[in-house]
Amino acid sequence: MTPAEIKEVILDILEDIAPDEDLSGLKEDVPLREQLELDSMDFLDIVMELRKRYRVQIPEDDYVELSTMQSTVKYLAPLMKDLQKA
Amino acid sequence: MIAGMSERDRIVITGIGLTAPNGNNLGEFRESLLSGRSGVTPYEIRYIGATVAGVCHFDELRYQKRKDLRRGTRAGSVGIYCASEAIADAGLDWANIDKSMVGVYVGVTEHGNVETENEIYELKGFDYDTKFWSHHHNPRTVANNPAGEVSLGLGITGPHYTIGAACAAGNAGIIQGAQMLRLGECDLALAGGVSESIHTFGIFASFKSQGALASHADACRASRPFDLDRNGIVVSEGGCLYALERLSDAKARGAKLYGEIAGYAMNSDASDFVLPNADRQAECMNLALRRAHMAAEDVDIVSTHATGTESGDTQECAALRRVFGDSQNTLFNNSKSFIGHTMGAAGALELGGNLPAFSDRVCHATINVDRLDPQCALDGLVINEPRERRRVDVILNNSFGMLGINSVVIVKRI
Repeated sequence: MTPAEIKEVILDILEDIAPDEDLSGLKEDVPLREQLELDSMDFLDIVMELRKRYRVQIPEDDYVELSTMQSTVKYLAPLMKDLQKA
Repeated sequence: MIAGMSERDRIVITGIGLTAPNGNNLGEFRESLLSGRSGVTPYEIRYIGATVAGVCHFDELRYQKRKDLRRGTRAGSVGIYCASEAIADAGLDWANIDKSMVGVYVGVTEHGNVETENEIYELKGFDYDTKFWSHHHNPRTVANNPAGEVSLGLGITGPHYTIGAACAAGNAGIIQGAQMLRLGECDLALAGGVSESIHTFGIFASFKSQGALASHADACRASRPFDLDRNGIVVSEGGCLYALERLSDAKARGAKLYGEIAGYAMNSDASDFVLPNADRQAECMNLALRRAHMAAEDVDIVSTHATGTESGDTQECAALRRVFGDSQNTLFNNSKSFIGHTMGAAGALELGGNLPAFSDRVCHATINVDRLDPQCALDGLVINEPRERRRVDVILNNSFGMLGINSVVIVKRI
């Protein structure tokens, strides 16, 4: 999966967990929780959906890496580079 | 309960919010009950396949966002809809109400089965690896969930909890609300019951194994209390929450008054897990009448609990004969014949559908009675067609549940 595809995956997940939000203007380098109404349970949904959809395991210590879209894609790139987008 | 009581201790209904399989507000529901319109439809659920159920079609997005629906439970959503509708119906100045003095008391038959079944179903796809078990499971399944979602959704900071009382729960919620108002624990009680039971296959499967799940080629005809061809319970979802206030408060703000909670009672059979007990049911009705300082003759309409099982119907009729046998005045009807068994919501919904009788003076019928069971042939049973009365002043509402829990609420015109 390319970084662009990983971003699409994250956007797909965000569409599911924040269905009332407009994601079109999401800024890459601003924390997601500053742009969207996401609480800790929503954030865990991102982690769970990556686990369910792609079997990607993210240790709790690494959750900080999922702060912005940019940092998320950067963190996931090596973990998902050999996976196919569903 | 009324004699000698101050207006601070007298509890009145000032608003009603409901969703039933045949109506999403009191007007629609009442119209369906008077016109004989059933809300039972064909239904499918995993593992069970084709069956029948009472399904609600309220506007989920009227009071919630899509994210709220995803986060919460169906019971929570039903609760938020009913509570919001009750508040609007009561004409309360919600923005300026002290939310710390609002209590939420929601009766449930069961809660959590839906979410647990869904999680296990999902988990099967992950070879039962619990790493894939949702972090939402606990907040969705805690027993206070439906009341808690009402609190969260409406910003209510007073007490909230559910009352687990099997199928007596709708009445139990109302009783709890009335008691908390009298104790001064709240100034407004949102009280009644909800049910999401059609979304758990387990409840269908368990009734089926018990030989108590209704089936019929025509879904509308499946729920048939008092009829010899009944074959069990139609499982339904629904909700009904009342705005309850002290009479003094309601009068001070010039509120519309649907009726007064004139008496109530709860007791236990202590005799069987599932079989009802006519003796205890009769005792429960008599206790409610005594507390209301009423005689059987004073009751104009009894809203029966009968679910469409032989044992349930005949035991209740035996109890009714004992209590109302000498009454020349009392009529009997049944709402489950229209909507199936809305479980935790049943008591509250069935009472609600009857309350307009105070003004329209009509006793709605029990439908689907083609061959009346002689054991259920009560004088005063209103069969298939509504019956007009000269006046309706008192309604007694029965709700009974598994493990032998009985509840009776008496409402008086005011």
